[in-house]
Amino acid sequence: MNEIALKELLYKIADDQLILGHRNSEWTGMGPLLEEDIAFSSMAQDKVGQSYAIYNLLHALGEQEPDTIAFTRNANQFHNSIFTELPNSEYDFSLIRHFLYDTAEIIRFDLLTRSAYQPLADLAVKVRAELRYHTLHANTWIKQLGSATEESISRLQHSLDTALPHALGMFEESLYEQDLIHDSIFAGEKILMERWKQQVEIILSKTQLQLPDWDTLTAVNGGRKGQHSEHLQPLLDEMSEVFRIDPTAEW
Amino acid sequence: MYGGGNTFEGIKTDSLAQEDPVKLAEFEARIARGEKIEPSDWMPQLYRKQLIRMIEQHAHSEIIGALPEGTWITRAPGFKRKLALMAKVQDEVGHAQLLYSAAETLGKSREQMINDLINGKSKYSNIFNYPAFTWADSCFISWLVDAGAIVNQLANAKGSYGPYCRALDRICAEESFHLKYGHHCVIYLATGTPKQRAMFQEALNRWWAPMMHFFGPSDKISAHTEVLMKWKVKMASNDDMRNQFLDMYVPKIWELGFTIPDPKLRKNPETGRWDYTEPDWEEFKRVINGDGPCNKERLEVRRIAEERGHWVREALKAPKASYVMPLA
Repeated sequence: MNEIALKELLYKIADDQLILGHRNSEWTGMGPLLEEDIAFSSMAQDKVGQSYAIYNLLHALGEQEPDTIAFTRNANQFHNSIFTELPNSEYDFSLIRHFLYDTAEIIRFDLLTRSAYQPLADLAVKVRAELRYHTLHANTWIKQLGSATEESISRLQHSLDTALPHALGMFEESLYEQDLIHDSIFAGEKILMERWKQQVEIILSKTQLQLPDWDTLTAVNGGRKGQHSEHLQPLLDEMSEVFRIDPTAEW
Repeated sequence: MYGGGNTFEGIKTDSLAQEDPVKLAEFEARIARGEKIEPSDWMPQLYRKQLIRMIEQHAHSEIIGALPEGTWITRAPGFKRKLALMAKVQDEVGHAQLLYSAAETLGKSREQMINDLINGKSKYSNIFNYPAFTWADSCFISWLVDAGAIVNQLANAKGSYGPYCRALDRICAEESFHLKYGHHCVIYLATGTPKQRAMFQEALNRWWAPMMHFFGPSDKISAHTEVLMKWKVKMASNDDMRNQFLDMYVPKIWELGFTIPDPKLRKNPETGRWDYTEPDWEEFKRVINGDGPCNKERLEVRRIAEERGHWVREALKAPKASYVMPLA
């Protein structure tokens, strides 16, 4: 088994969950209604908890402690997709991102339940069960707001158009893609993306939202290689503000 | 969190004049027997009005209280604290949801209540008009403000209005976890580096006066609320609750080696009650009436959140929106 390939895979999945979990938590106290405030907080806790579990797998493979990994790296050491680090913006963008992201994640973890790396396969079973609620939540809201008022439809459409190229960046391939597939660690981004597109089409067909032709879109890549937007470093600075006062202290 | 320091209007002597004396006597007898009043039961207008006011203040305190602590979710040091604080603040927002529902049973909608919060007509716990500058401030809130709230809420849970009591039972169970979380955070600061200890001492210096204000004005100067005590709307006097809080938590703060910024603070062996410097009630009044360090910011954030969410709430009401089966 190619351990470098495995670690890279784990890092990008964990970083995605941590960064989007962090973004979701920014809705605390700010939701459009209390019920959504609470829902985004639940998803934030799941995602941050999932990242913690995956950093623990990395720790077992010889990497540093989860706190050190999460709270002391700089932006160029993070492998999350740029999509996850974009600011929350209005609720329509957060909701569209949540839908596009979690639709991909549940398929990703479903594929990972069959990973030849057993600790990851075991964890994926648990994560997949949690993500089921995230996709149920996303689909419920997309269907409601995607067919409700002129304003809600046009807001969601605008956010969908903005989000899609970034969403495709989730499937940026690893340098070790073939090793991962060959070693049956992960079925690969191509398969994941095809299944994701089908599922996105199914849900959006139940709304008044229009999907552009996939061929007209260009993926915003770079995140998986540590090349990020200007939004990630300020997020990390804020996240590590207290931790960095004294990284050796116990808080 | 976060109820506490409820403000009540003074009761006018003629405010019960138009009530049916037979029904009123029956209502008071039920309360005296320890029965709960339920939403469809007869109740005096004054009872309804004061309950709405109290439960609404409590609900507002939960959502406004989520703001100073929420700021620290994205800054919490380490996974353990980050996860716990997210869950804690989520609980607080959930408490607001429960409490608005309890108040709605008395005939005021959540939307009306939130509008009254934003336009300044109804109050929330004064303590959230103070800023949480550091991580240690957020630890102070989680431990000691929640502790104060528990003192208040355990008393109110024995009140007469069924829906409010049931909400409080659930809330108190969750608060006890918050208290443990907050205490745990403070123990780590107390036993950590000199810088960590100093952070908490500074937070204690900043928050002690608002904490003493938390339970509301001294009984000597607060509005007459005898009828509310009789109706089990208000369950304990402000000074009694303040004293109970000091009894429970001053020894714990001292045990951790911190200095409480009040040279007069001591337990009087003769009275069995705490002596302390009388809090500045003029400041309390000034802040609760809008002139505190964070009043404008807190309400502005709430107003922006409501405004930004307006289209979502409207879309949910749209008649052409198809019904989607709820998850549970």
